[in-house]
Amino acid sequence: MGCNKKALVALIGSVFMAGASQVLADPSALMMANTCAGCHGTEGKSVGPASPNLAGISEAYFIDSMNAFKEGTRPATIMDRIAKGYSESQIESMAGYFASLPVYKASVPHDAGKAQMGADVYDKGCAKCHDENGALADDDAGILAGQWLPWLKYSMADFQSGHREMPKKMKKAVKKLSDDEIEAVLHFFASQK
Amino acid sequence: MASFTRRKFLKVAGSAAAVSSLGFPAIVGAASKKVVIVGGGVSGATTAKYIRMADSSIDVTLVEPNKEYYTCFMSNEVLSGHRTMESIKVTYDGLRGHGVNVIHDTVTDIDAAGKKVMTAGGKTLAFDRCVVAPGISFIDNIEGYDGDAMKAMPHAWKAGEQTVILRKQLEAMPDGGVVAIAAPPNPFRCPPGPYERACQIAMYLQAKKPKSKLIIMDSKDKFSKFGLFKQAFSRYFPNHIEWVAAKAGGKVTRVDAKSNTLYVGDTAHKVDVANVIPAQRAGAIAIKAGLTNDKGWCPIDGRTFESTMQKGIHVVGDASIAAPLPKSGYAANSEGKVCAAAIVDMLNGRTPGDPALVNTCYSIVGPNDAISVAMVYDLQEGKLAKVKGSGGLTPKDASAEMRGREVQYAYSWFENIKNDSWG
Repeated sequence: MGCNKKALVALIGSVFMAGASQVLADPSALMMANTCAGCHGTEGKSVGPASPNLAGISEAYFIDSMNAFKEGTRPATIMDRIAKGYSESQIESMAGYFASLPVYKASVPHDAGKAQMGADVYDKGCAKCHDENGALADDDAGILAGQWLPWLKYSMADFQSGHREMPKKMKKAVKKLSDDEIEAVLHFFASQK
Repeated sequence: MASFTRRKFLKVAGSAAAVSSLGFPAIVGAASKKVVIVGGGVSGATTAKYIRMADSSIDVTLVEPNKEYYTCFMSNEVLSGHRTMESIKVTYDGLRGHGVNVIHDTVTDIDAAGKKVMTAGGKTLAFDRCVVAPGISFIDNIEGYDGDAMKAMPHAWKAGEQTVILRKQLEAMPDGGVVAIAAPPNPFRCPPGPYERACQIAMYLQAKKPKSKLIIMDSKDKFSKFGLFKQAFSRYFPNHIEWVAAKAGGKVTRVDAKSNTLYVGDTAHKVDVANVIPAQRAGAIAIKAGLTNDKGWCPIDGRTFESTMQKGIHVVGDASIAAPLPKSGYAANSEGKVCAAAIVDMLNGRTPGDPALVNTCYSIVGPNDAISVAMVYDLQEGKLAKVKGSGGLTPKDASAEMRGREVQYAYSWFENIKNDSWG
């Protein structure tokens, strides 16, 4: 994985074909996506304190996440158990729904000082792939802007512990950052409105 | 009220006439789309909101006696003192914001054939589709557990005043006292609830009244999340929680509220605080409206949640027989959405599509420690069924880090489900 947009286009193409060849009827995308709202908020807008927003995340990121949960390659508390309940075509259909929603940035409690320091960290280490302060879903990176801080911290802890695989570029960038810088940039993402 | 002059009257009447002369042709062309929802708990509120979100031309009236509703979920944290009553309170302002007509009144009867709902306040509400979401009522399975006994030995199985009574009793109890939870037989609302409650109360006892003890006197020999709860009991509360299975003499058959005594047959257990949770069935209005089977619960069609006993009436939430879904808050929320989608389709002349449902249920069992159960459901051969390979419990060997995350996700579940149902 990385910021390869060509790969993403190819992936979306294959997703589309898989969807078209699906014969069995599934529940509608909205019907399935609505079952997520109890934890991730109505229309994917989480009111926190930890569950991430799903509104506006890219199809590729949603599909990749659900598959990783299914396969156990991404640490989870409960999503590994839930992801196993959906077929490939069902995951694609939910992905399409969440991608169609505007990106939602929650009002997340954060430390303003850390967020300010995090802005520099972002510019030098993260901006290349996590465009627009982490608010651009135009690739296979997740939306980081306006995500709940505990979730941002869990995600980074899993990357750093090696329980979740980091894309090569991210590994290189993260290696150069101190613990304080990482903490700061997470506050920076949380502070985005 | 302001004085009403003749001139003002003419003005109002004139504008009303203008509105109706413009609005009339449009109304004539449209089919009537009126939904009356009985009960504003999780499933009733969710159904109301999601109907309006999908089709704002549908007229939705929700009848609920209480102006404020207290969620059962997280009410166990009120008992431990970790949470306030205020934090489990919701109002109906959110639903009003979605254009739901919320009436605070009590439904006294439902006429399925005549398609109308009658209220204690004297209203008659006509409907095209009715949704009954009455929650649970109690069965008289414990001798002596009458109205007065309920105040002395609170069930706290409908959150609100009952929760407050139980919390006050715990606070007033001397150190060294004995708390008993009489756990109900299956099926009942919130299967892991009594056992999470035991953990929450035990946390309070450990911190404030360490010489005290809690006994769960059970009508069953096994319960939800059994292994995980037993693990939590021995990990955190080896000296504070004792579980007595039915077969070991746990099944309470009689109470004496005056002396705070629980009886198992002839054996008396005098305690300091008694939380008595009786056996359950669907809420009273469902029984009166002829929606229940001989066991007191409401059979439904899994695609639409329409009653199989009364056409045009849907039943959602704890009152319905939606097995294999449990009687949980998340299931009630999920059922409300399926029912809403079906009603929107039916009122617009479409065939309802396939349903999709999820249950996710957290129990906070210790300091920074939560466990969960989850499952995905769909319709298989016309019946609600578990999706094979999905779901299950928190692994018994989950790390402290992951159990701590489950607490944060439990709180996220709570805030989001409140907002998704009533917000």
